[in-house]
Amino acid sequence: MWNTVFPYLLSGISVGGQYALIAIGYTMVYGILRLINFAHGDVFMVAGIIMVYMAASGVPLWLCIPLVLALTALIGFTIERVAYKPLRNAPRMSAMISAIGVSYALQNLVLYITGGLNQLYPTIPWISQSVTVFGATTKIVTVVTPFLTLLLVIALVQLINHTKIGMAMRAVSRDFETSQLMGIRINRVISITFVIGTFLAGVASILYFTNYTTVIQTSGAMPGLKAFVAAVFGGIGSIPGAVVGAFIIGIAENIIKGLDIMLFKLGLIHGPLGLATFSDAFSFALLIIILAVKPTGLFGEKNTDKV
Amino acid sequence: MSMLKVTDLKVNYGGIEALKGISFDVEQGQIVTLIGANGAGKSTTLRAISGLVKTASGAINFMGRDIIPFNAQQVVAEGIALVPEGRRVFDNLTVLENLKIGAYLRPDKDEVAAAIEDIFQRFPRLKEREWQLAGTLSGGEQQMLAVGRAMMARPKLLMMDEPSLGLAPLVVRDIFSIIRDLKSEGITILLIEQNANAALRCADKAYVLETGRITISGTGEELLADQRVRDAYLGSAAR
Ligand SMILES: Nc1ncnc2c1ncn2[C@@H]1O[C@H](COP(=O)(O)OP(=O)(O)OP(=O)(O)O)[C@@H](O)[C@H]1O
Ligand SMILES: [Mg+2]
Repeated sequence: MWNTVFPYLLSGISVGGQYALIAIGYTMVYGILRLINFAHGDVFMVAGIIMVYMAASGVPLWLCIPLVLALTALIGFTIERVAYKPLRNAPRMSAMISAIGVSYALQNLVLYITGGLNQLYPTIPWISQSVTVFGATTKIVTVVTPFLTLLLVIALVQLINHTKIGMAMRAVSRDFETSQLMGIRINRVISITFVIGTFLAGVASILYFTNYTTVIQTSGAMPGLKAFVAAVFGGIGSIPGAVVGAFIIGIAENIIKGLDIMLFKLGLIHGPLGLATFSDAFSFALLIIILAVKPTGLFGEKNTDKV
Repeated sequence: MSMLKVTDLKVNYGGIEALKGISFDVEQGQIVTLIGANGAGKSTTLRAISGLVKTASGAINFMGRDIIPFNAQQVVAEGIALVPEGRRVFDNLTVLENLKIGAYLRPDKDEVAAAIEDIFQRFPRLKEREWQLAGTLSGGEQQMLAVGRAMMARPKLLMMDEPSLGLAPLVVRDIFSIIRDLKSEGITILLIEQNANAALRCADKAYVLETGRITISGTGEELLADQRVRDAYLGSAAR
């Protein structure tokens, strides 16, 4: 039985880690701007496309990785400056609409460049190799992802809780005006938040597309949505919440993918039920249940609205 | 020359004229107070100086510089700190962090550490609650923290918007004694108070604001003796 479950569990943990890295961007931006950055999943996709084109143009892969991360962060910075900052004092709905606009702009741009064809993601050495862990064969990236995710999350939490800029981020997330009275440049803090969030989405894209091997203009939609669900599930605005939520969703949806086989091996069913089809819907069902029981999500604060 | 010179300052909120052209001076080393009824425009005046609200016209000159074009962050850098109306401590930061963030623009760590010790000596209750989240403090403790936080900026001009609001009489006395201490340390203070009696007693100069206009001005003593001020703002407190 364990041999049946383990591969699903493993890929669940791995996908969970990738969702977590994306979800942090949603939750941090929401925490500071009370904005759901609908373009975040598309930035993740664009990071994949940049890698495809950069590698194809002959840039060595070891150089592509840092360049992709830097460019992705730069895109995050630019989106905030161009699409959200001018709307800082407008009703929140305006910024949401702007975010949806950016999302489609990025998708359309990539559609224009690629012609809507699946792009083959470059094979990054080492992490693309196969390994066998406890009898399950998978790519090294699957095993590396959760560890890398935890490492990055720990670094981020340290940054937020124990540095001056982290303190400023927490202050700005609570009260713009008083933060300014302390001498904090809030636009700078907001930009840093976007840079961190999109950088992590860039890391996620390398891990994710190494596993799924192709990128297309809609590739960001599902992972983006799942990560968003994870952030809400964990309590939007909370980083630990987003991470825990992402792992739960990643694991749950993969277990569902293997549910037919597991039930079959247990002798409970005799033919396939096709439960795997519901793996995406399941995440949302989970979200609805948790929000019904605990409207603020797992780690959400009672009062997320600004004073 | 005065440290702060406000000339014919006007502020509008939408169609409402909150300040209809006020002029006043704050001399270096003095305590200056603005008194006035609710909605007179006292907070608006401080917020305009701090760069939090846009001014319609007029001039604000601080130490020889026109600070009208400055944003809030630049005003702090010039040496003006504000204790905002209603405390506004960061409830998700600890007491210690709230003090540290008050010194956000000060680069010298040792000096900041010494300043924190100084605040803790003035407010031992804060010291006892150093690691507590500011949101869990009582209202009075939060007000002490808001005052301490503004002092951490080591401002040349400290503006306080009703620092004694909601405090027990003993603590109010503490706040006023701190205000006098700060003055003796050479910090200039612009004070708004509901407690007009106490404010006028310690003020070198005072202004009465009525619906966006300054109607009476003079030394603290003069205003304490002024019949109009006694009738309107001192009530029974002045006998
Ligand atoms: N953001 C705002 N938008 C619209 N009107 C405002 C705003 N802030 C203040 N006002 C109006 O401007 C006027 C002056 O307000 P202000 O807060 O300066 O009064 P105040 O003298 O500080 O009163 P209080 O003693 O009650 O604190 C009031 O009529 C108020 O309703
Ligand atoms: Mg006021």
